[in-house]
Formats: sequence, structure tokens, C-alpha cells
Amino acid sequence: MAVVYEKTTGLTDRPLHYCPGCTHGTIHKIVAEAVVELGLQEKTAAVAPVGCSVLAYNYFNMDAVQAAHGRAPAVATGIKRALPDNIVFTYQGDGDLAAIGTAEIVHAASRGENITVIFVNNAIYGMTGGQMAPTTMPGQVTQTSPYGRDTGAAGYPMRVCELLSTLDGVAFAERVAVDTVPNIRKAKKAILKAFQNQVDKKGFSIVEILSTCPTNWGLTPVESLGYLKEKLMPYYPLGVYKDAEKGVRV
Amino acid sequence: MDQRVLMKGNEAIAEAVIQAGCLHFFGYPITPQNEINAYMSKRLPRLGGTYLQAESEIAAVNMLYGAAAAGIRAVTSSSSPGISLKTEGISYMCGADLPGLIINVQRGGPGLGTIQPSQADYFQATKAPGHGDLKILVYAPNTVQEMVDVVFTAFDLSDKYRVPAMLLADGILGQMMEPVQFPDQKPDIPAKPWATNGTKGERAPNIINSLYLVATELEDKVRERFVRYGEIEANHSQAENYLTDDADVLLVAYGASSRVAKRAINAARNQGIKAGMLRPVTLWPFPKKQLEAAAKNAASILTVEMSMGQMVEDVRLALPDRKVQFYGRTGGVIPTPEEILEQIKALGGGVK
Repeated sequence: MAVVYEKTTGLTDRPLHYCPGCTHGTIHKIVAEAVVELGLQEKTAAVAPVGCSVLAYNYFNMDAVQAAHGRAPAVATGIKRALPDNIVFTYQGDGDLAAIGTAEIVHAASRGENITVIFVNNAIYGMTGGQMAPTTMPGQVTQTSPYGRDTGAAGYPMRVCELLSTLDGVAFAERVAVDTVPNIRKAKKAILKAFQNQVDKKGFSIVEILSTCPTNWGLTPVESLGYLKEKLMPYYPLGVYKDAEKGVRV
Repeated sequence: MDQRVLMKGNEAIAEAVIQAGCLHFFGYPITPQNEINAYMSKRLPRLGGTYLQAESEIAAVNMLYGAAAAGIRAVTSSSSPGISLKTEGISYMCGADLPGLIINVQRGGPGLGTIQPSQADYFQATKAPGHGDLKILVYAPNTVQEMVDVVFTAFDLSDKYRVPAMLLADGILGQMMEPVQFPDQKPDIPAKPWATNGTKGERAPNIINSLYLVATELEDKVRERFVRYGEIEANHSQAENYLTDDADVLLVAYGASSRVAKRAINAARNQGIKAGMLRPVTLWPFPKKQLEAAAKNAASILTVEMSMGQMVEDVRLALPDRKVQFYGRTGGVIPTPEEILEQIKALGGGVK
């Protein structure tokens, strides 16, 4: 019988700890597949964040470094400057990247650091029990915005791809989603490009992935996919925000 | 190099770091250590290394964490307020067993304090350079030559034990010029099979990590680390004895204040008072045995620091049955030899 599908060798056999319906599993899979398909597994280091994906170092079947909260781009910079011919990527959530790690991501991007950033945006802090994140939607109920995010007091959600695309050091910035099969395929294509850019030494590449958090959103997995499409996507439009090669820029 | 050159302390540190095989520097500007950054930015790009001026002290120390994880020798440098920011990264380095060098050219505190020299970061360096149960090697040289020498030792032991090391200097040592000779030897950097430098298809993935969700696993890990700390304490404490053999008054001082203390001791000797000094070169591990031996026949013990009294607590712990006096100036004020001589005399000239 012909084998038509196999689990990627880019992931270990450890069972994932993620909640039912969470899209981290899908994202892990397509990131690992991209690394393997480009033949980079043996010279790649993954940098894990603090947050739900803190244990990513157990799942990616390659060298991995766990970073302090928000500091993954700085840690990746250290690895990349030490080993410029190796491949380094960070895997970060919205609290990690867009709150405590804002300085690190902005300056890694500004320097044109030749790394790949996988940014998982599910509009909430998952690991700590569902607190308001910088990307939480106006009116969204979380543990720390129990009456809904009040933009008068807590400000507005941060659009990371749009923000970073203004920086000359950024080679590639695209926002994708993993709510449907076609979107997952598009997400993988963006991730492949973000790694190929690093191989080609083109500079900083980021793929922002709209993701779900059924547990902390208080929705079923299917309802969460609907919330992603109806609430997140209009505020965080999908698309390429920067492609230095093609001159694309918001 | 087989000849002496005249160099500023900060620049000598930088050159020693390079000669110790470290070509990656991550820093942020802060007085009084800017000559280190300037020297590195001039030299490292031409040596194929990295000078990276980070967006913050926090980013710089996390870059050091990444470079150390990749298996190379790397360094970050700062002064007191910046070191406070680096404590996050230092803790993670300890928790992930990463070697690396952190330079602190101390200035007065707390807060923004002053740009004048100080020794008020002793507690931070030796007791709590980050959160958690941890220790780092702490070197406190008192000449430009010794700053060069300890850079090599610090890197070697940091690599050997996988424990970060700190060079604790101060604004005086960083800014002063003295003749210095660099060792005529190539650095001997050990293999780092644990580094995350790519599996190359030859080994299982390496993981650099400080997270242990099972309490007993973390306890085991910390205990294993403390076994290494114990080996360091048993084998690598350093101190200089200055006229301690017959000293009635024993001074204990390190770094810049030990230089002032030495002049006071010489003046006391000229007046017939047998003074001497035990000068810790390593602050952690603290040279307890050397201190016990030096204090054995001394009638009086005086600790001199440029702080309100920090190392003196370790001196008292090492000599629980002795009365240990303290004299210090703080806020960036440097004590004079005359002030210290008065203290020596006030101790009764060391008469038993």
C-alpha cells in the first residue's frame, strides 16, 4: 500500500499538552513540516517563549532553547550572531511578543536580524488562565477584563504586522489564519517563505497566525473558529504586509 | 604579546576578553564602562566577531544567553543600574547551566545614584544576582593587570562548571591607566556537546532550558548545581595576603578600596603599627579559609569598603568568634589613606 501521508519527522512523539480545539497543534505541525521540507532540521534551533507554547522545546524535533518571557528575539539574535549559517526561529504568543517582549521584537525587526518569527495571536493570555492581552478585542471578556475590554481604560488591540511593516529591516511580514484547510495551506506557504528568506539571508521575517483559545474564550472549538473569522479577522486582516522582494508595503 | 603596554582599565578588560577567545559582545551604553563598548565596536567587526548594541540591558543579557546556548564564549558589560536589569538573564543562565561573562564596572547607588565609583553591589553580585537558588563566580581585581588575568580564569571556570561569571570592577579601576601584560597563550576552550548548534544529524536534539514543572525534578537539578558550587568553593577561592604574617591589625578589603587600604597599611607600618591585609580576589567563592588563617594572630580586624558595609557580613560569618570593625564611604566617595590610618590607630594600634 502506498504511503500518502506521514507525521513529520520535525516533531517528536511526545503527546501535545494543548487544550482540545486549540490550534497550536496545527501550527506546530506546519512549522515542523516547513523546516523538514527545506532540509533545515539538522541546523535549526527553535526558541520557545513563555506562555502556552513554553514546552515547544519538547515537541520540535531539533535543537531548542527556552527563553525568558518576551526575550525570544534577543535569544535568537544571540544564537544567530554566533552561528550565522544555522537557522533560528522564535515561536511566540501575543502576550510574549506584543506586551513584555515589545522592545525585543521591534528591535530585532529594526536590525533586520536574519531570523524567522512565528507569532501566534489568539487575543488572550492562555497559560496563565485567560487574562487580557495587548491583542484582546474591544469588548472581549477575559479574566482581567470581566466587563469586556474597555478601550477607554485598556486601550486598543495592537496590530503587529502593520506596526513592524513600517521598519526597513523587515523583509517579510504576513498575517495568516489556521481556521480552514485553505487558510492552513496559505499559512504553511507563508512559513516556508519566512524560512527560505532566512536561508537566503534576506533579513527579518514574521508570520502572524490568527489562532484560537476555546478554553479561555469560553467557546467550543467550532464556535472558536467562528469567533476567529467573525471578530478577529476584520480587526486583523489577513495578507502580506511587507515583502521587500516585491515592494509590498502597507 | 610579550611586552607591557599602558592601557586604561576598561580597554584592558575588553582586550583580555578578545584574547580569551570571546568575539561576541552584547552591550548598552552606561557610564563608567563605555570604553569597553567603544573598544569592542572598533575591534570585533574586524576580527569576524559581533559587536551588538542592544535596545536594552535586558535584551543584551538575553543575547548573551542565546550566544552561550549556541556554544561560544560571549560577554555583556554594564554598570550598576544596568546590572539590575540583567539579573533576569543571569538567573536564566544559571537555571539553564550556561557559561558566560558579565562585567559590572560599579557606580554608586541606589537608583540612578552617581557615576562615581562604588562597591555597593557586593550583595547583588554575591547573594542575589538573580531570582532563585543560584550562585555566580565573582572576581574583584584591584589592578589593571589583575583585571586582565581574571578575565581568562573567569571564562575558563565558567566553561568548566557551566556557571556564569562576573567581573566586579568599579569606576576607579575602569578609568585608571596602568601597565599591563597579556598572557602569551591561546585560549583553551572546552568542547560543548550540550550546545544548541544544530544536531548535524549526528545526535539527539539538545535543549537549553530552566523550566521544571515537577518540584522534585527542580530540587534535584538545583541540588546537582549546588554540588558544583561546592566544588568551586573548595577549589577556586582566591585571595592576596599583604603583610599578614605578623599583622596585629588585619584589614579586609577588595578592589579599589584595597588599594587605598594598602597605602594606609604602609603608613601604619612606618609608625610602628603592624598592619596587614587579606584581600579577596574572588568574592564568591569567598576566601573563608584564607581569612581564617590571616586573622588567627591578629588582635583587631577592620573591613574597609566603598559601601555602608556589605562584605563585612561575610567577614563576620567567616570569623564568628571575632569582633570585626567596619569603615566605609559610600555614594561615590573614595576613602583616603589618612581616614583609614585613623581607623587603624583607633583600634589601639593593634596592641593585644
